[in-house]
Amino acid sequence: MKPAAFDYFAPKSIDEALALLAEHGYDAKPLAGGQSLVPTMNFRLAQPAVLVDLNGIDELFFIREKGDGLRIGAMTRQRTVERSPLVQHRAPLIHETMPHIAHPQIRNRGTFGGSLAHADPASELPVLAVTLSARMRVLSSRGERWVNAKDFYIDLFATDLQPDELLVEIDIPAPPARTGWAFDEVSRRRGDYAMAGAAATVTLDDDGAIAAARLVYLSVGDFPTEAFQAEAALIGEQPTPAALRAAAEIAAAQDITPGSDIHASAAYRRHLARVLAERVLARAVERAKER
Amino acid sequence: MDYPITLTVNSTAYSRSVEPRLLLSDFLRHDLELTGTHVGCEHGVCGACTVLLDGAPVRSCLVFAIQANGRQVMTVEGLASGPKPEQMHPLQTGFWEAHGLQCGYCTPGILMSIVPFLEENPDPSEAEIREALSGNLCRCTGYQKIVEAVQVGARLMREESK
Repeated sequence: MKPAAFDYFAPKSIDEALALLAEHGYDAKPLAGGQSLVPTMNFRLAQPAVLVDLNGIDELFFIREKGDGLRIGAMTRQRTVERSPLVQHRAPLIHETMPHIAHPQIRNRGTFGGSLAHADPASELPVLAVTLSARMRVLSSRGERWVNAKDFYIDLFATDLQPDELLVEIDIPAPPARTGWAFDEVSRRRGDYAMAGAAATVTLDDDGAIAAARLVYLSVGDFPTEAFQAEAALIGEQPTPAALRAAAEIAAAQDITPGSDIHASAAYRRHLARVLAERVLARAVERAKER
Repeated sequence: MDYPITLTVNSTAYSRSVEPRLLLSDFLRHDLELTGTHVGCEHGVCGACTVLLDGAPVRSCLVFAIQANGRQVMTVEGLASGPKPEQMHPLQTGFWEAHGLQCGYCTPGILMSIVPFLEENPDPSEAEIREALSGNLCRCTGYQKIVEAVQVGARLMREESK
């Protein structure tokens, strides 16, 4: 259980990193926090010929205000995001979710962008990105492009990133007024990968009815799974317990096709999906009322 | 192909030549013969390999030694001020007094996770201690005595800081 040999580069700038990725293409893997990549290398499930270590690129580590929203550098440590007052105030859904990600020792090295780019179906940050309508800033030696989070996740462990591209920054827009949020997940032990998890945002109009809703799951599919029919059922409704329960039932029955594995059966995931949806929608509604 | 690195481990500077794929855990154990850091799973789950990297607890099995170039590392060997029992770190004393270990395999990783935790949370509740321990697996103790050991260690640290 030791990694195969590789060539190693430690660029000090984004441009240097992009040049290396352009040169080596499919042979190269960027190394961010390493909390997902290095285990796969230790098992030799991954054997990149070249590692481009991003940890020395200071310009990728930041949390900045952008209008009423945020810009987070891709290499920002998860622990930094967890402790950031700026994130707490401008993206409270992220603040609530961070302690659910693995353990502090993992979050001390793991990065915000690394988790987003790795696209583990059981990970929390991709679900938050979709829920919050985040936008990913992607650079290569060929130029710059922005990708909406919902277009970024295309398959199991697969994002829209090309081999010569780097995720460098994530834009988190400010939520509309009267928007509440919530996250919850169920795992066997604290810090384990969750068997199912859900993030929700709910926006209320002046009459207290639901003007907008987002409900996105982790671990019920190959990538973040948005419960579109449940969301549609909520629009225009007063956020009564019955309405939220009905939406949760739609989400679990119609919006997801969970799989079975050694951690949980499909039926149990469906059950969790219904329970979690009701829970996060209710909490999001409470918080929307306070705003 | 070997790369030169220089790093500080337990306040001593070391210069060595390493293959990029050499894990920090193996570097500490084999190149520096600091075998207090243990290897349990090599995929970041068990916590036995936990060390401090620039003061923060991390899985040394998930860091390449080459990435520690220019950095400060502290291992369990860096906790005590000397070899005598009274020179142990107060948290180590807590583990001794409360019998917080059996085989001891998980213990260094727990000490390196809990020392920074207690420095930030000098008077934690039992729930907070259990939460802080959740990234370290122990097969022997059932965690009960580990929790007690942390409570004793925390009290000793509070007394020492007065």
